[in-house]
Amino acid sequence: MENKSVVVQMPSSPNNEGRSLIQNNKKWTSIFNRNSEWRGKIWIYGSAIFVILSVIAITLFLTVQGLRSFVVDHINVIDFITGTEWYPDRAENPSYGALPFIFGSLMVTILAAMLAAPFAIGSALFMTELAPKWGQKVLQPVIEILVGIPSVVYGFIGLSVIVPFMRDHVGGSGFSLLSGALVVGVMILPTITSISADAVRAVSNDLRSASYALGATKWQTIYRVVLPAAKSTLITAIVLGMARAFGEALAVQMVIGNARNLPNAISDPSATLTTIITLSMGHSTAGSVLNDVLWSLGLILLIISYGFILLIRFISRRGQVS
Amino acid sequence: MKQKKWIALTAILVLSLILSACGSKDTSSSGQSSNGNNKEELSGKIVIGGSTALQPLAAAAAAEFMKEHPKVQIEVQGGGSGAGLSEVSNGNFDIGMSDVFAESKSNIDASQLKDYKVAVVGMTAAVNKEAGIKKLSKEDLIKVFTGKVKNWSEVGGKNVKITLVNRPDGSGTRATFDEFALDKQTPAEGITQDSSNTVKKIVNETPGAIGYLALSYFNDDSIVKLAIDGTDATEDNVASGKFPVWAYEHMYTKGDPKPLVKAFIDYMMADPVQSNIVPAQGYLSVTKMQVERNAEGKLTNK
Amino acid sequence: MTSKITNRIALSVIVLCALVMTATLAALLGYILYHGLSAISLSFLTKDSSSFQAGGGIKNQLWNSFYILFATMLFTVPLGLCGGIYLSEYAKPNKLTHFIRSCVEVLASLPSIVVGMFGLLIFVNYFGWQYSILSGALALTVFNLPVIVRVTEDALQSVPRELREGGLALGVTQWHTIKTIVVPAAFPGILTGIILSAGRVFGESAALLFTAGLSTPNLDFSNWNPMSMTSPLNPFRSAETLSVHIWQVNTAGITPDIQTIANGSSAVLVLCVLGFNLFARIVGKFIDRKLTGKA
Repeated sequence: MENKSVVVQMPSSPNNEGRSLIQNNKKWTSIFNRNSEWRGKIWIYGSAIFVILSVIAITLFLTVQGLRSFVVDHINVIDFITGTEWYPDRAENPSYGALPFIFGSLMVTILAAMLAAPFAIGSALFMTELAPKWGQKVLQPVIEILVGIPSVVYGFIGLSVIVPFMRDHVGGSGFSLLSGALVVGVMILPTITSISADAVRAVSNDLRSASYALGATKWQTIYRVVLPAAKSTLITAIVLGMARAFGEALAVQMVIGNARNLPNAISDPSATLTTIITLSMGHSTAGSVLNDVLWSLGLILLIISYGFILLIRFISRRGQVS
Repeated sequence: MKQKKWIALTAILVLSLILSACGSKDTSSSGQSSNGNNKEELSGKIVIGGSTALQPLAAAAAAEFMKEHPKVQIEVQGGGSGAGLSEVSNGNFDIGMSDVFAESKSNIDASQLKDYKVAVVGMTAAVNKEAGIKKLSKEDLIKVFTGKVKNWSEVGGKNVKITLVNRPDGSGTRATFDEFALDKQTPAEGITQDSSNTVKKIVNETPGAIGYLALSYFNDDSIVKLAIDGTDATEDNVASGKFPVWAYEHMYTKGDPKPLVKAFIDYMMADPVQSNIVPAQGYLSVTKMQVERNAEGKLTNK
Repeated sequence: MTSKITNRIALSVIVLCALVMTATLAALLGYILYHGLSAISLSFLTKDSSSFQAGGGIKNQLWNSFYILFATMLFTVPLGLCGGIYLSEYAKPNKLTHFIRSCVEVLASLPSIVVGMFGLLIFVNYFGWQYSILSGALALTVFNLPVIVRVTEDALQSVPRELREGGLALGVTQWHTIKTIVVPAAFPGILTGIILSAGRVFGESAALLFTAGLSTPNLDFSNWNPMSMTSPLNPFRSAETLSVHIWQVNTAGITPDIQTIANGSSAVLVLCVLGFNLFARIVGKFIDRKLTGKA
């Protein structure tokens, strides 16, 4: 990452404070003023440390707690990740296979991105290339409001509208991977749109002018010049949207059906890592095997989230090189 | 000018830290000053938590109790039966609410806990109307739930596909239904929902769906209340022990309860609560039960 | 000729995308408000919620939502501002900065339920704060901090370099320059970002399920002693927020009017979020006018 800051670091000693031009005359504030530089730095470095600490703490605690089922309860890691049978409550020979949930999570994520990305990038192009004024006046607020609608409300509407619609038109019970992907797709639409719009805006106007000068139409310019130039950020936008889709819990839980086996079709009910955690967490006692495996699911969630971040880094690094 | 803002923010932060320090002291000290002049009056704080199914009942009883004893504070939290049992064992809750016997959770030391059965909940299968089924033998019910039968016509209903609606792992409703309606068979996979309301909605709307619900949810004719082995799922049949699918709602304390907690539990078990609030929330009163059941599921006459 | 036709078609498709998006929002809002507005009344907003009788309100949940939002902002805004200032003004291009940036990125893309589980582990169990406003607010702090850091950093980056150089040339320390010149210049952007993030915090539920709890004591609004359990101010009581309430009544509610409560609560929630957006816009415009007017 390049340093965007252009400010020259000043040699700073507490004595410098006295020279401050913009001074407050009140007596009591000058006491606080004296150590201002020092105080400011403490705040600022404290905040940076806090950020680092929370990331380390989250990773560490979730890892320790998530590994319990393998270390304490002796569940085989490979069986856990590749097993397809999830019967933690069965009295004799319980089985803990998380593959259906990992699969479900990834499928919902990918489907949602496939549904949302075209509309999102289309809207981003509209905002930036076709009608910037409209984009600013109408689409920008639309995006902000869509981001702000709580996920519970999305789930609630999904349950009342999308599920019955799917039942009547696609068949089955209506609770399905597809319903989940649709709800999440709408949820990540604004995320992808706003980052894509930033990406398209960042493309230099010289490129556009050059293209028009060659007699290209607007679409040719967009398709041949603007989109390729913004490609890596656009992909980042989609991946960020996917990361959000992946972590969504409550809205998905209300519409996906939470069946614990591998689905045969996208119209079958399925489950994701997040939905199983929210469903069973309250029913399990701390330290029980069921509780431990739920934490392991949380750990998988964390690991895959890290995967998304690495993917974004990889894409943006490659984008910088080419 | 801007320093003021920083000062204000710092001050607020410090203040909130102080508040939090004081607050935590407050939660740890139960039994607040009762000013001495009225020694009989109960005072102090009770923390109740656990089963979300029992939470409304406990909250309603707690509200009444606090009206009678204004110096008592009762906090009713949710969290689920599992949380209720673990937290009461750890001493974080004074009373842990649970839909299941503590003995059924392998990592809870049930001998440490004292069990108060405050209510009974009866349940049965809920069937979508289009299935054309009003009663099933237990054998057929098991076939339906284990996936051996895929169409309602095979058990005497209409030609509609069966859709199962289960409850999540660890849920008390699921444990009870599996044990007493399905004879401990593991149900086949289907839709899983935690919420009774959602289950009712799904069963009502999805052709051929079957799930299970507490009897209080059969308050309209949107779903069919299934009779099992020729016995109607009524409160009377549950009370007399004829209908087998029911469970206790438990309140657990760690060892013998403190006097204040004991007073509340006595209040829970006594008449105004048992004959008003308990039935109003769709539970059966324990006093009406003619049979008793222990943690192993053995039934005895009272 | 063909390229012109392709142009037409492609541009129409783009317009269509924008229309679909706007229509989605219109449909969502329309649905929520159509079903919910009829449920909203003064008594709905000012009554305690009922555990089993019809006619419960959302007074306490609404209060909790705002209280948790306030507490979260209390933690997040100073921390986030400082983090943003650090990244924008102080950070040198070294391994540490790189690492901090990665950390912000990680925090930003963590699923909220993971944050909730972390909160359950640390604040609720380890520190023994139980399901409480404090636990909830801290979990939301973890969740909201990266947003504020980013907003601040972006806003600071857009402040022209000349302003900083002017300050430094006068011999003022760097911190003072930032405090008196750069941050005020970036203030409208930061404030708008903060208000918008408030909308997100207000509607968050997954992180609160495990930290702020699914219940709330019936609050006594004449009791402002923060130690008392029924006091609205007590940070150590469990606090079901409005969005958790929607989840809760749908999941375990046994009142006969679940649908009405859920619809009404959704509408109130969405109206609040709309309010935040509107507010952000107005404030942004106002400050903008004031600043440019001054200059």
